Amino acid sequence: MKVVIMGCGRVGAWLARLLDADGHQVTILDNDPYSFRRLNFPRQPSEFKGTALVGNGTDQEALKRAGIEGADVFFALTQGDNRNVMACQIAKHIFNVPRVICRIYDPLRQEMYSDLGMEAISPTTVFAQMLKEKLES
Amino acid sequence: MYIIVIGGGRVGYYLIKALIEEGHEVLVVEKESNICEAINDEMGSICFRGDGCEAATLAEVGTERADMLVAVTGDDEDNLVACQVAKHKFNVSRTVARIRNPQNEVLFKKLGVDVTISSTNVILEHIEEEVPTHPLTHLLAIENSGQEIVEIRIPPEAATVGKTIRELSIPPGTKLALFIREGGRNRVPTLNTVLRAGDRIIAITTPESEAALRTALTSA
Repeated sequence: MKVVIMGCGRVGAWLARLLDADGHQVTILDNDPYSFRRLNFPRQPSEFKGTALVGNGTDQEALKRAGIEGADVFFALTQGDNRNVMACQIAKHIFNVPRVICRIYDPLRQEMYSDLGMEAISPTTVFAQMLKEKLES
Repeated sequence: MYIIVIGGGRVGYYLIKALIEEGHEVLVVEKESNICEAINDEMGSICFRGDGCEAATLAEVGTERADMLVAVTGDDEDNLVACQVAKHKFNVSRTVARIRNPQNEVLFKKLGVDVTISSTNVILEHIEEEVPTHPLTHLLAIENSGQEIVEIRIPPEAATVGKTIRELSIPPGTKLALFIREGGRNRVPTLNTVLRAGDRIIAITTPESEAALRTALTSA
């Protein structure tokens, strides 16, 4: 699959490596080239073979350069909920990417965008739930 | 009208001042406490400190009875989300977003934002008006119709000088609405109108036909 990831933080970089190792064609986009250091994890033999591009994922030109037009999946994983939401809506409504997955920290916003048909995950609710279950087990 | 403004920065500040002067009930949502305090000190308690993209904040400021929400922060994505939350959670009938990247206009409209204002485009339009060499000026976009009103000035070197309108290849869907000649009366152009250098034509066209229209009227 052709995958475009916006945001090369811990999660974005980790996901890029996982998908790359599985043989997917991965392009990762970040404003800050320094963040690409996370693609080279220590003590791991395989190298990231995908593409790392400097660019703003809420900019249509940058997304085009990242190959959004032929992508099968788009992930928005920056720190900013609103940036993620906007990039996902660009991917979905302008570039018609078949699958668009969005991280939204704020549970209320996550709920609203899920209701609007977006595949949105709130790490806040997921992790809080996990911690609660840990306590109860 | 009850108008909620998101963002108390420089644009927001002058906007709320003007809105209050016009007699509207205004409330500003601003994240920064010092900006909030400054506004409250000057204009009375009209600034609420909070994140205008959060449904909880918008509920607290009574968004469900707002007639309009105007998002004028410096970030396009924040303005988009504030408008979407206002629309979908609180059924605000008019949402207005400031945008920096003119490309976002199409996206925002598609996503239900009623009005977008692109500061970049506004400045560009003023430059077009001020720079006399620019043969085509955007006057107005006719809302929700895909059409716009433009002004075209016939430059002295244009091949159309001395020709009649009948001889031009005006792109389909474009109407020449008004013909302005220095010292003359304004008229509706007819097929027999002969063009002279310096004539101005007001036309209704579409963004797609704009280039063809410019070429038809002004190319050398």
